[in-house]
Amino acid sequence: MAGREYEWILRFGDDALVLAQRLSEWCSHGPAIEEDIALSNIALDLLGQARALLTLAGRREGQGRDEDALAYFRTDREYSNALLVELPNGHFGDTIVKQMLFDQFAVLRYEALANQCVDEELAAIASKALKEVRYHAAHSTQWVVRLGDGTKESHLRVQESLNTLWPYTAELFEDDAVSKACADAEVMPLNASFKEPWSTQLQNILNEAKLLNPESTEFHTGGRTGRHTEHLKSMLAEMQVLPRTYPLAEW
Amino acid sequence: MVSARIAQVESILNGVMDPELPFLTITELGMIQGCEMDEEGIVVIKLTPTYSGCPATDAIVDDIKSALQPIESEFRIEVVHAPAWTTDWISPEAREKMRLNGIAPPEGTSADKAFLLGKSQTIPCPRCASDDTRLVSPFGSTACKAHYQCNACAEPFDHFKCF
Repeated sequence: MAGREYEWILRFGDDALVLAQRLSEWCSHGPAIEEDIALSNIALDLLGQARALLTLAGRREGQGRDEDALAYFRTDREYSNALLVELPNGHFGDTIVKQMLFDQFAVLRYEALANQCVDEELAAIASKALKEVRYHAAHSTQWVVRLGDGTKESHLRVQESLNTLWPYTAELFEDDAVSKACADAEVMPLNASFKEPWSTQLQNILNEAKLLNPESTEFHTGGRTGRHTEHLKSMLAEMQVLPRTYPLAEW
Repeated sequence: MVSARIAQVESILNGVMDPELPFLTITELGMIQGCEMDEEGIVVIKLTPTYSGCPATDAIVDDIKSALQPIESEFRIEVVHAPAWTTDWISPEAREKMRLNGIAPPEGTSADKAFLLGKSQTIPCPRCASDDTRLVSPFGSTACKAHYQCNACAEPFDHFKCF
């Protein structure tokens, strides 16, 4: 079980880390100063969550790897984040729709962890992170409504964002041997259990934003087992270059 | 002897300032969860971060270390996440100091979750005390603050989010 829990926490930490890195690309490029700060702040919260989760994953693995070893010295094939979070930022509408889709999922996942997880340390990290992701979800959701129910142009753009990102959402709710082992050990409910509350919440948001449900489509998957899009590799190259060039550097 | 050592450490901790709010101590902000002696006679300081990613946490750990080193060699700092830090732990005196320094302190208790439920809250201006203020951005200069402006005196100000 310990090995499975390590893998599960790592997936969760990778989601936060990769999304944090993506969002930080907005720093100094935001559409307005307030939004620049907002995206950077959200990135910072996610980075903090990732640090706590990777540290815990390293301890559960028991091979002496710390947060830095896991963040900087794994290749893209060893990363287990969902594909959704590694996709390029695109325009602001793409970023905010992606953020809303993820935030609404993260709230459910952290709620379950904070309330039901038998691993006390993981529950503690979740109870802290839950407050933060609720704030993020309120922000990204508000923007999706504002843009969806905004001008003709903003409506068209975010509808297109939603349609493009939609095929990457199903992966969040997939289960495999790792998540099933963790569900059996009462670390975490099955990912599939979040599907219904997430879909209901999403439907309310889309209605309010006057956006249409994307058509059913073939879904992309593979992130949990290291089969990523081509985008992750270049993102990691940038993120990892310094500690790989100077392995013992401190800054 | 044990309690004297703990008391001394606590009095030092009471003098460590928050790097982002240099008029408040980390104790006033409710960041010290406890200070006790373990079986090996090492003083364990439990520090809770305000936000998971708050960059000030590392600076605070360094500040605690350099403040304690002259008087106490056997100590360690543990960063604890549970129970999660809440603005409810900020003392009334600290809230008043925030106001005097131009920051609107958290209003009510975190259980209200006013922002999260989409309700707007009345945040009085820390300068002129008017209730006629507006939210400029839910994210401010640091993770713990939102950005407001007063409609009465036109002054922009930070609001320490109720969390």
